[in-house]
Amino acid sequence: MNNCYELNKNLAQMLKGGVIMDVTTPEQARIAEEAGACAVMALERIPADIRTAGGVARMSDPKMIKEIQQAVSIPVMAKVRIGHFVEAQILQAIEIDYIDESEVLSPADDVFHIDKTEFDVPFVCGAKDIGEALRRIAEGASMIRTKGEPGTGDVVQAVRHMRLIQQQIRNLQNMRGDELFNAAKELQVPYDLVKYVHENGKLPVVNFAAGGVATPADAALMMQLGAEGVFVGSGIFKSGDPAKRAQAIVKAVANFNDPKIIAELSENLGEAMVGINEDEIKVLMAERGK
Amino acid sequence: MIGVLALQGGFIEHINTLNKLGIDSFEIRKLSDLENKQIDGLILPGGESTVIGKLLRETGLFAPIKEMIDSGVPVFGTCAGMILLANKLENDPSVYFGAIDITVKRNAFGRQLGSFHTVEEFQSIGSVPMTFIRAPYISEASDVVEILAASKGNIVAARQRNVLVTSFHPELTGDLSVHKYFLSQVCGKT
Repeated sequence: MNNCYELNKNLAQMLKGGVIMDVTTPEQARIAEEAGACAVMALERIPADIRTAGGVARMSDPKMIKEIQQAVSIPVMAKVRIGHFVEAQILQAIEIDYIDESEVLSPADDVFHIDKTEFDVPFVCGAKDIGEALRRIAEGASMIRTKGEPGTGDVVQAVRHMRLIQQQIRNLQNMRGDELFNAAKELQVPYDLVKYVHENGKLPVVNFAAGGVATPADAALMMQLGAEGVFVGSGIFKSGDPAKRAQAIVKAVANFNDPKIIAELSENLGEAMVGINEDEIKVLMAERGK
Repeated sequence: MIGVLALQGGFIEHINTLNKLGIDSFEIRKLSDLENKQIDGLILPGGESTVIGKLLRETGLFAPIKEMIDSGVPVFGTCAGMILLANKLENDPSVYFGAIDITVKRNAFGRQLGSFHTVEEFQSIGSVPMTFIRAPYISEASDVVEILAASKGNIVAARQRNVLVTSFHPELTGDLSVHKYFLSQVCGKT
């Protein structure tokens, strides 16, 4: 691990309690920043449109990412295809603040993830269980998010992934010390990371929720289930009133334990994004990269 | 008790640090959190100053907290917290509490690739490990401000009366000395 790793985990700590929003233009980035986003994810198409368009989804045009970097003062993240370390080199060259090695894009490698320890910029990766989470951390990810099912507006898979990860954390915590070696074997992850979870009752990096969050209530649900912050992709700019919905989700995350406040925030938000149910999905993005 | 602003960012790290020092603290998320509390000091944590600033206004917390700071309640701002306390920002028209006569430059060391860790002298403490994350620094400080530390030729810690600010994050390093300084020198706790 290089010496940037601590600093990169630290940046994720400063994003906690915040909302990271997908944006496709400098204009949307400014709307997101004004609404209270703690970071933006710059991409050419939001997941819902990637789903509709089909075909191969790749890293965004660096020029477009740079325009977004100039438009806002908050951290700017961008996505690379799973395993595509040259796309990651390009994003590091333009000084991106965080790289998302993401299943939302078409995988470039169906076996290997990027060796993230080779990079100075931080990486966030998706996970649907603790095995995936700890493997990504072993590869150098300094932040984890649930995979959920991006671009659907359906929170069921993010809930499933977050519940499973939290449940597996509790299981590891309760194990006898001598059982951890076998747990590491079964989860196919390094023993040191299993031991960390056993001793601390949490992942060694910050864990956000992502994939299918569309309402303030969805965001608060994920926080109450143990997320430390929330990514909202298609849910904002596919809705009727993006600025208002974005603000409401930010406030719901800050006050996720206060039903009265969330009730007020949920009023009059206009149309939510049109969702796709789980059994209507053609491509299950969460199955990419294990 | 020390109130830690908990709207966004690294507030739990401050609470954990205070716990290690045996100091009681509580989270401030909404107005009712301030009711019936003996508040000996406030901490404004790191995070995104744009987010925390916005939520301060919308939760109605801004006015009572400003009143407390103006009336002399000790306050410690780290990173984004320093931005919220400054009288002026160099690259942003916003002013929040305006409680310390300094000009602060946001993201002054650049993007995440410019984040760094170092050890520098802190006045009356000695060597302090310092972690800077997309950090601001103080580009100007008036005569009434006491300069406490510098790094790479820039001011990174300062104090004016009841207001203590640092560009860096003492809550991330495990070092307790800056929190101890706040509690003893600014809050007058022994």
